[in-house]
Amino acid sequence: MKQRITNAFAKAKAENRGAFIAYLTMGFPTPDASEQAVDDVIAGGADIVELGVPFSDPFADGGVIRSAAYEALRQGTTLDWTIALAKRLRARHPDTGIVLFSYYNLIFSKGLEAFADAAADAGIDAVLAVDLPLEERDELLEFLKPRGVGYIPLIAPNTPIERVVESEAGLENSFLYVITVKGTTGARTELPPDLTARLDAIRAVAHIPVAAGFGISTKAQGEEVCRHADGFIVGSALVKCLADGKKPCLS
Amino acid sequence: MNAHYGIYGGQYVAETLMAPLRELEAAYEAAKQDPSFSQEFNEILRDYVGRESPITFAKRLSEHLGGARILLKREDLNHTGAHKVNNTIGQALLARRMGKKRLIAETGAGMHGVATATVAALFGMPCEVYMGAIDVERQAPNVERMKMLGAKVNAVSEGSATLKDAMNEALRDWVANCDDTFYVIGTVAGPAPYPEMVRDFQSVIGVEARRQCLEKYGRLPDEAIACVGGGSNAMGLFAGFIDDPEVKLVGVEAGGKGIASGEHAASINGGRLGVLHGAKTMLLQTDDGNILDTYSVSAGLDYPGVGPEHCHLHDTGRAEYTVVDDDEAIAAFDALCRFEGIIPALESSHALAEAIRRAPGMDKDKILLVNLSGRGDKDMENIMRYKKAHASASNV
Repeated sequence: MKQRITNAFAKAKAENRGAFIAYLTMGFPTPDASEQAVDDVIAGGADIVELGVPFSDPFADGGVIRSAAYEALRQGTTLDWTIALAKRLRARHPDTGIVLFSYYNLIFSKGLEAFADAAADAGIDAVLAVDLPLEERDELLEFLKPRGVGYIPLIAPNTPIERVVESEAGLENSFLYVITVKGTTGARTELPPDLTARLDAIRAVAHIPVAAGFGISTKAQGEEVCRHADGFIVGSALVKCLADGKKPCLS
Repeated sequence: MNAHYGIYGGQYVAETLMAPLRELEAAYEAAKQDPSFSQEFNEILRDYVGRESPITFAKRLSEHLGGARILLKREDLNHTGAHKVNNTIGQALLARRMGKKRLIAETGAGMHGVATATVAALFGMPCEVYMGAIDVERQAPNVERMKMLGAKVNAVSEGSATLKDAMNEALRDWVANCDDTFYVIGTVAGPAPYPEMVRDFQSVIGVEARRQCLEKYGRLPDEAIACVGGGSNAMGLFAGFIDDPEVKLVGVEAGGKGIASGEHAASINGGRLGVLHGAKTMLLQTDDGNILDTYSVSAGLDYPGVGPEHCHLHDTGRAEYTVVDDDEAIAAFDALCRFEGIIPALESSHALAEAIRRAPGMDKDKILLVNLSGRGDKDMENIMRYKKAHASASNV
């Protein structure tokens, strides 16, 4: 199994920095432009890209990503199209970590085995389903694991530390996605004061890398967070660039 | 706690909601063990809601149909005009017990919103209700009622701007404010423990009806019939008879303009297995797994999912799920108005229509028990609009 996610974090660490993980909503602002946008963020230094699949009911997302999702759906973006896109990206970017970021119903609706086959075939490294917590994830992992596709668990501000341990158990080529704030995705001017202590506590027990996301919108915030984490995730701020007709880049 | 019903149910939520769900489960388990909780619940149901609600023999309607006797469980006579208040009282009591300061709710037709705003006023808690912008428009009187009761009504204009989008927005609020906020879900849907908890609070319907039927008729009904959107009034009725295998349980889904038209809200009869709003359940969705807009003349049944326990009862065969379309529901509405002097909610009219279908083919000693889950005052405008459209259509 290719360890692209593990390798991406190792490479960043060797360069004495945190890994930069870029989220983009696929199909936005148009299907073609979203493909170009992924190339752009990789050229701009993203170590891992998260391909967000638009869903009709994005209840975990803030306004920027929701608007992008509705527009992408209007233009006909589907999970199957996104997987096909991942396969093209894989051919162009053999070493970049590719995460498929989706609401669970899209995956479930396709059929778990068919989905796992397609994800593996496309060279997707790992899957993140927003609404598939520890209690329910085994039904998907059963199909991902034998195909060498990883899974990214979310860790919330109110996730107890024992649950962090359970959440990363058995996972490889993965990272813990630490949600910085209670709430939906989207930029915040300030990150919560207890974040660094929480990141330290999580890192103390984690065997896989720890990355922080939700609310991080600038390179400075990312660097700040990475004094206590192995990587940082930026989503809404990049999608906002696209909404404003600009290239997706980190300010 | 049992989070699943067969293959259905579960807790498919964002990680941030797992801790609040655990907290809720623990509080609900503790409340169930505490006699003072059920005592207070029952007292409020009696002194404030006006329970118990009677069962009424629909004599003229039954004689007209010439078959089985139709009995109505009169949830329409509850304070606030529907069964919804049974559940909001239970959840508000739990919220207070958990030290939560604020109530939020989603609403479609507005009945659950009104019932939540009502208990928020009763308990002196701030309340925000999320409602699809389209529903805000078509259920304007309920919006005014909520405001009058002191609740803030937030119109949700994105997505399809209906109940599912209101629920999405309520979930976003809850994720951000779960420390001090209690999310009062209005039906037997959502993540565990909501389906079980809402069923338990609504089970007073079936428990009362069973006893009343035995007292008055010396026997159980042959069939218990209720409409199913999310399915809380039906689950509440069924709960009273679930251990009586001789009582047939019948859920009635909203057929809208007919299943074939695609414009309906019949998740069990016309949907496909999926995951939404915390539960694995039958959903109206596209081949790609996006959620479809639903349609019914009755806003309260207009939801693309259904409570997971209903799906399980359907699979096991313990309950049967049928479809009644707009026209049949309106005809049943008219019949109850004219034969019995009762104006039913359009939701409940679906259940009534199923009874009207069945009664003529049954012996006169048989009993059909229909849950009259709400009253129809809220529907006047809708019905007039519907009749006007149909009259002009038939004139063409």
